[in-house]
Amino acid sequence: MSKETPQVGLFVTCLVDLFRPTVGFAAVKLLEDAGCNVEVPPTQTCCGQPAFNAGDRLSTVDIAKSVVTAFESFEYVVAPSGSCAGMLKKHYPTLFEDEPVWAARAEKLAAKCFELVSFLSDVLKVETVSASHDGSVTYHDSCAGLRELDVHDQPRQLLASVTGLDVIEHDTANVCCGFGGTFCVKYPEISTRMVSDKTAAIVATGATTVLAGDMGCLLNIAGRMSREGHDVSVRHVAEVLADMSDRPAIGAPADRRS
Amino acid sequence: MEPKSLQFHDNVAAALKDAPLQQSLSRFQTGFTVKRAEAKALLPEFEALRDESVAIKNHALANLDHYLLKFEEAVVASGGVVHWCADGAAARETVLRIFREDDVKSATKSKSMISEEIGLNEFLEDNGIEPIETDLGEYIIQLAGETPSHVIAPAVHKTREEVSDLFYEHHQKYGVTKRHEDVPELVDEARQLLRRRFQAADAGITGANFLIAETGSVVVVTNEGNADLTEVLPRTHVVLATIEKVVPTIADASTILRVLARTATGQEYSTYTTFATGPRRADDVDGPAKFHVILLDGGRSELLGSEFKDILRCIKCGACMNHCPVYGSIGGHAYGWVYPGPLGAVLNPGLIGIDEARHLPGASTFCGRCESVCPMRIPLPDLMRRWRERAKEQRLAGWRERRGLAAWSFIARRPGLYRPMSRVAARMLRGWSRGRGRLASFPGASGWTNGRDMPAPEGGTFMAQWAANRDASRPASGGRP
Repeated sequence: MSKETPQVGLFVTCLVDLFRPTVGFAAVKLLEDAGCNVEVPPTQTCCGQPAFNAGDRLSTVDIAKSVVTAFESFEYVVAPSGSCAGMLKKHYPTLFEDEPVWAARAEKLAAKCFELVSFLSDVLKVETVSASHDGSVTYHDSCAGLRELDVHDQPRQLLASVTGLDVIEHDTANVCCGFGGTFCVKYPEISTRMVSDKTAAIVATGATTVLAGDMGCLLNIAGRMSREGHDVSVRHVAEVLADMSDRPAIGAPADRRS
Repeated sequence: MEPKSLQFHDNVAAALKDAPLQQSLSRFQTGFTVKRAEAKALLPEFEALRDESVAIKNHALANLDHYLLKFEEAVVASGGVVHWCADGAAARETVLRIFREDDVKSATKSKSMISEEIGLNEFLEDNGIEPIETDLGEYIIQLAGETPSHVIAPAVHKTREEVSDLFYEHHQKYGVTKRHEDVPELVDEARQLLRRRFQAADAGITGANFLIAETGSVVVVTNEGNADLTEVLPRTHVVLATIEKVVPTIADASTILRVLARTATGQEYSTYTTFATGPRRADDVDGPAKFHVILLDGGRSELLGSEFKDILRCIKCGACMNHCPVYGSIGGHAYGWVYPGPLGAVLNPGLIGIDEARHLPGASTFCGRCESVCPMRIPLPDLMRRWRERAKEQRLAGWRERRGLAAWSFIARRPGLYRPMSRVAARMLRGWSRGRGRLASFPGASGWTNGRDMPAPEGGTFMAQWAANRDASRPASGGRP
């Protein structure tokens, strides 16, 4: 392998793996187009956030150890998700206060973990993508990506290079959509209220598509859009950047291509 | 105050259906957040001031015993008295004793969250002493028989119509004959009535935004000036403060004051920012004859020695709840005890126990907006998560939730199990959706599907497809670098 070829371990994320492999393949395409060699460690399952946020530190530590082991030999670890990348980058190091060897390994891993779009922009210095998408989109800033990893300008910069695409902002782009992992099923009325505020703001922009960088948000928003009967497509930003928006949108029927 | 936090789900259901509350909440949310952003943009050193404020508070907390003693020394030197009270009961009894000794029949009050914590108003009334709230918001909720729903805007949950009704109902006995609707008219009506009460009161009770160790001064900020009239007009001034309010110097208080009002309301300073030091001196034109400070522990020293100590940096600005989408949906009363919003989610469990308050740190998406605006950089989501760990240790979640988490953890740690199970799940959900791309319902998912459809998976998992592609295109999996 040439020294200039970044060696990337793809952290697929459990939701992409289960619900929308297209996003994983879009991530691979974007990384390979940018000159990376991409491997997918086969033992990965989940970053452990569900356990972490439920207060189950022991399970989180176990899962974190297997993630560290599976990924630490790569030059970079990239995830199409701000919350999963944030988990690896910001929270894993805090799990090993009384295990200094693991703490060091987690720190080393954290230093090379990135959310996908910010990796393309900030590390690989990608400024444009070859993609086209006819129509207007609005962008939802997933909380963890925004506040833990400073993902904000990068997706907008790359979207600006997509032919035919217009970005229309909604005022509450940085307000939580109400997913929050198990929050959405433990406190469903609050969650439904929050996601309804989000869909109302999205619909008010007139955009035909909403994009975000996290599957949790996207499933939540798509589910509410569908229940409310709106005709707004929901996609992961990677799909549009990788020129894969010909597939059915999230929650859309199999024959729909818009 | 009697906690109602355990009935959180019921509180939330009621709040979401409460039309006047929802109307108030939608109005209030864009106000404070926008104002803070504007104030921040105008002050280049805003972030540096946050960092300095954090350092000041951390230092004070790390040396709290020293600064509390210094504070007491300075209060005594200026002619005041300090009372050390371990808990709310001791604080209430101390106030009563002070009032009895001084034959106090009525006391004006400026806003004090501590008096809510210890249930002072009810206690005084039970003992024949009349507390008179003078903060307009507190006055309104006193008339309504309610508790505050926000730390700086206690009646933010009330609409103008509701306030009109309250004033008309309760002010007729003072000779008011007209129902006012206009905000300036309502404010003026309250002001006229309160003015008489200010002048007639025997004592004044305030909280404290800061206790200054170097001078024994007590800092109270208001926009109405009601604290000034409460402190200065009656013959006795009683300050109710918990121990973490102490800061070393006036300069320290000034530093933190520069971010307090900007963060809370977007003002550069609260209209009245008052430093009171001891009782009236010989050449003062006015002031109370007696100055008492009640230093209440109320669970703070226990928090100080715990993993939750960062919450003691809180200066009660309210920014966290202003920016919280959960608070913005349900309002303050739903939290069921004194402190609402992200502040309440971290502080209430420390004061009333995680058992009673378990839903407060639970009802958060950890979006992090609160932490991003907190002037004291309190890591609120992290602290909420730590409360969730305590809740888990005490097995407070229902058995279904505990079993579900345990099952998920078991499978997630075993790729050999996870792979086939996720393939099956993806295929099943896909199948049930029958080409519609989504499911309106499926077994066990009513929490999700009551309000949303569930988008169907694409069908094959990524890991299965990736493995199949590799097997197809390469003889053996490529070596890792």
